[in-house]
Parts: sequence; C-alpha cells; structure tokens
Amino acid sequence: MEHFFSLFVRSIFVDNMIFAFFLGMCSYLAVSKTVKTSLGLGIAVTFVLLITVPVDYLLQTKVLAAEGILGVDLTFLSFILFIAVIAAMVQLVEMIVEKFSPSLYAALGIFLPLIAVNCAIMGASLFMQQRINLEPGSTQFIGGVGDCVAYALGSGIGWTLAIVSLAAIREKMAYSDVPKPLQGLGITFITVGLMAMAFMCFSGLKL
Amino acid sequence: MGKLFSKENGEVFKSPLNLNNPVAVQVLGICSALAVTAQLKPAIVMGLSVTVITAFSNVIISLIRKTIPNRIRIIVQLVVVAALVTIVSNILKAYVYDVSVQLSVYVGLIITNCILMGRLEAFAMMNGPWESFLDGIANGLGYAIVLVIVGFVRELLGFGSIFGFQIIPDSWLLDNGGGYLHNGMMTMPAMALILVGCIIWAHRAYNKDKIQ
Amino acid sequence: MGKLNTNGNAYTIIYASIMVIIVAFLLAFVASALKPTQDENVANDKRSQILAALRIEKGSDYDVQAKYAELVKADPVYDGSASVKAENGGFAVENKNLTKDNRPLYVAETPDGKKYVIPMTGAGLWGGIWGYVALDDDCETVYGTYFSHESETAGLGARITELEFQSKFQGKKLFAGDDKSKIALSVVKKGKEGDISADNYVNGITGATLTSDGVNNMIQKGLSDYKDILDSLKK
Repeated sequence: MEHFFSLFVRSIFVDNMIFAFFLGMCSYLAVSKTVKTSLGLGIAVTFVLLITVPVDYLLQTKVLAAEGILGVDLTFLSFILFIAVIAAMVQLVEMIVEKFSPSLYAALGIFLPLIAVNCAIMGASLFMQQRINLEPGSTQFIGGVGDCVAYALGSGIGWTLAIVSLAAIREKMAYSDVPKPLQGLGITFITVGLMAMAFMCFSGLKL
Repeated sequence: MGKLFSKENGEVFKSPLNLNNPVAVQVLGICSALAVTAQLKPAIVMGLSVTVITAFSNVIISLIRKTIPNRIRIIVQLVVVAALVTIVSNILKAYVYDVSVQLSVYVGLIITNCILMGRLEAFAMMNGPWESFLDGIANGLGYAIVLVIVGFVRELLGFGSIFGFQIIPDSWLLDNGGGYLHNGMMTMPAMALILVGCIIWAHRAYNKDKIQ
Repeated sequence: MGKLNTNGNAYTIIYASIMVIIVAFLLAFVASALKPTQDENVANDKRSQILAALRIEKGSDYDVQAKYAELVKADPVYDGSASVKAENGGFAVENKNLTKDNRPLYVAETPDGKKYVIPMTGAGLWGGIWGYVALDDDCETVYGTYFSHESETAGLGARITELEFQSKFQGKKLFAGDDKSKIALSVVKKGKEGDISADNYVNGITGATLTSDGVNNMIQKGLSDYKDILDSLKK
C-alpha cells in the first residue's frame, strides 16, 4: 500500500512527465491555449495511460519476456507491440468521446488521434519496461499490475496538472506585453522552463 | 542526374533547415530534443538516428505508398517506423553502448516523434522516393541542428567541456581560487526549455514573417 | 494487372498479414544477429566497473576482457552461512539479484597484492545507485571503489561517478580501531565529522547530501552484509 502511494505521488510531482522528462510536449504546447480543452485532453491522456500501461506490462512480462508463456525472448518486438496497443486504445477512446461528448470531440480535433503519437503514453510504457528491472526496494520499482495502475494514474494526473496550469498562465499572458518575436511559442517555452524550475523543488521529496 | 538536384529539390532540402525548421517553427519532436541535450555527444547521436530513421521511413513509405490500404495507413506507417527504430536501437546498443545507456528510453521514443509521422503523412505519401529521401534527410538535419546548438550551450556552460574535453581550465573555478562556477542549472531539464525558447526568439527576430 | 482495389477488406487483411510477417522476420534477424555483441557490451561494462574499483580508470584505453582475465582470478558465490556454494559464476549474478544466500565475491591478484571486490547496491536521491568496493587482503583497508547511478542530478549527485570522489576512499579503514563488531567506514557531511577517526570517513559531495547519504547507507549495508565472509577470509 505504501509503495502504491509513494509511486503515485512521485509520478505526479517528482517524475512529472512534462517537467522531468519532457514527454508529450507537442500536444502540450499546441493544446494549452484554454483551460477547458486542456483539461479534456489531460483526462483523455490519463484514461489512455490507465489502460495501456497495465496491458503493456502484461504483454512484456507474460508474453515477450524469456520466462513468458512462449518461452522465447521476444523483447525486440516490444516497440511494435506497445505502439499497436496504444494506437488501438486511442481509436477506442476517440469513438467513446465522439459518442458521449461531441463538443469535446470538436475541441480536441486533430489532437485526439495524435494522442497515439503522444510521447507521454509511449514513454510511460517504456519507463515501465525499464523499471521492471529495478531492485524491488526502489521507490520507482514496478512489479505488478497494481503498481502499473498507480504509476499510470500518477503520470496522467501529473500531465493534466502541467497542461492545465500552463493553459491558465497562457490565458493570463494574453494581456502581457511580450516582445514581438518572442510572442506565442517562444514565451511559452520560457514559461514552461520556469515552471519546471519550480517543480524541481520536489526533487528532495522522500516518500 | 540533372533532375535529381533540380531547383525544386533544392527547396525541399533547404526549407526545413531554416524557414520551416521542424523544431523551431513547426514545434514538432520537442520531447527528445530537450531530454538528450545535456551533453553534445548524445545530442549528435540522437540527431543522426532521427535523420537516418526519417530518411529511410520516408523512402519506404514513398515506395509502397500506392499499395497501402487507406484505412490502415497510420498503422502501416507506425509499423515501418517502429521497425526502423528497433533496428537503430539494437545497432546503438551493439556499437555505442555508453551512448545508448545515456539515451535510455528516448531512442524508443523516436517512434512517437511527431516529425516522423508528420513527414510521412504530409510528404512521403504524395511524393517519389528520391524527393522523400531528401525531405527526410533535411528534416532530420533541421532537428539535429537545434539539438546540437542546445547541446553545445548546455555542455559548455553546465560542465565547462565540449565532447567531454575540458574547455574551461580548472584554475578558473571557485574551488581553486578562480572566479568561475559551472552553471548547474544548465544541466537541469528546465534550462533546456528556456534555451529553446531563446532559439525560437532569435529565429523569429530574424525571419519576421514567422512572428505569431 | 489492372488497378488494385486497395480499399477492399480482403486486400487490407492480406496486406497487414504480409507486412507483419516481413517485419517480424526482419526484426528477429537483426535482434539475433546483434545480440552477442550487445551482451558482450553489457558484460564488458560490468568488467570495467569491477576493474575501476581495482584502480584501473574507466574510459582509459585498454582491452577490458584481457585485463579482467589477467587480474580477476576467481568469482566465488557465497551462501547465507558464509560458505562457498559455487567456486565460479559470481560474475553472472546480476546486482539486483544480490541476496543473503547469493553473494558473489571477486578475488583479484593485482601488482599490489591480493584484493577482494564486493558488489553493492543502494538508493540515491532519484533512483538506484550501485558500486564495487575493493579491499586489501587484510579485509580491513579499502583499496579502491567504483560508484555509479541511474539518474542522480548531473553536476551534483552524479559526481559520485568521478574519480575525485571515489579515490578519497583509498586507504580508509573499515573498522574503528580495535572494534571489529561493526562497519565504521562512512560518508559524512563536511563539518559534521564529530569524533570519527580520519581513517574511517570520507566527506560527502557538497550540495548532494541525499546522494552522499545514499552512498553512506549503501557502503554500510553492503559491507555489513559481507562481514561474515570477510571474517572467514581473515582466518
């Protein structure tokens, strides 16, 4: 239980997808113009993460690994399988969102299918693959489906937190006097940099 | 050969290096651009890997573009990219092991590098193999240039070295009686973002029409 | 041949199947062709870390395999009661599989005499840290160390990988004076030495207290875990 909690909190604040690993930057920068769409995208990302990380974990340990059901080391197929699972999941989420919230679907537009190539999703699966090999005592260790869920939920919430706060800042920034060439993308980068510095204060957090 | 290096192809090649730089202008492929640039060597290896993968996936998709069933085209593109990335990742592990350890998951993340999918969908699906090859190389290099600039500044200011060779003499350091201190902040992720912000600033100040 | 209907169901399915088969074979081929080189790299990396603890600087130009074969004479594995359960094969034990019943020890013959290298793992600030400590054959004096980490802060905690920090351990004693009951060797913050004898401590890295504490805990635990083996070697 303690491990779930520490993994969860760690992946929100310390190992934040955006501020510590820069994962999912493309849609992070492009969609963070209003708080409402950001929140929608954040929830969609969290949802996809919640499904793909555990599924990829089971694939990795039960099928691909040398000690899996096939008995052959197939880890060289992991990239392809992970991306296939992710693409399929995104397709599913897209259909669900289209059915239940057409306004969100319209607002997210092109970025919903692009979740498939969102580095945060693929990154979470790849980090999971690395963390399986850690020592069981480490706070970052992932050793079961429960750990995967805690990690995926934490990463998703961390990502949502990051995108919503950036969107809020950008909404306010519209009224600021920024040098012309720096407007838009340039200042957004610098803002994210400053936010990342603020998040660095979590780095000493021991859980 | 004249046609291969025609004016149009020259444009295909030059535009991503400057006016349509994938990182600075189109904001694609940022994730890995920032994470691997604390030092110059991994930045260059990453830039080269992306260039090679973009070029070859562009050529492959361009060659088979007429046969791809429209409904599964994204999946086909993803599979081609994922296969190439797996191959590159295996080669890196076999021949430059220390760099592959430094790059860790970011090699795998080339799959989700938006530059790749963007170029496949926007260019290779509509153009011949040779143009696609040029386009892939140019976009990869445009990406690599930004990586190298960021990597250069971060390693110089953060570690006082270039390619691991000490540039700032030890005698300058505060510990040894000098007045200089390495900027530890440069080695952190946060400074990478701010540096890219500054590159975009400079780029747009120079190319006025890109101002938003 | 006529124009293919590239949108039909049958075509799509056949296309996908053929693609999957080609890709799978291609990747299997590449992976199996490069696997031996990759495994060799991983093994050589571990060898060079053990050699680094034996004062052969990592990164300098030497043939890792030849040097390792020349210096490291045996790698026995010890069980829970400090008796040898396998004369060789300690090298194959991965650091994450270190347990009380599964403790490898590397025995080396260097120009400076017989040395024992002990592997250890611990936790730093961000992720795992690990290292090797080489002892003289009195089982009390440190000959050399090597530390590495997964993701410590560059420029601060990551400096445990630097020779400057690692070489500070050379010549330090494991035990405080005649008290052989517990490991006294520690990493202490500058100014907090108290009454520890200069033989028993190394100053931590300024600005990286948590990583230095991690190294301290790792050394204390790692050496304590091997204490029974060291006692048996001394006799």
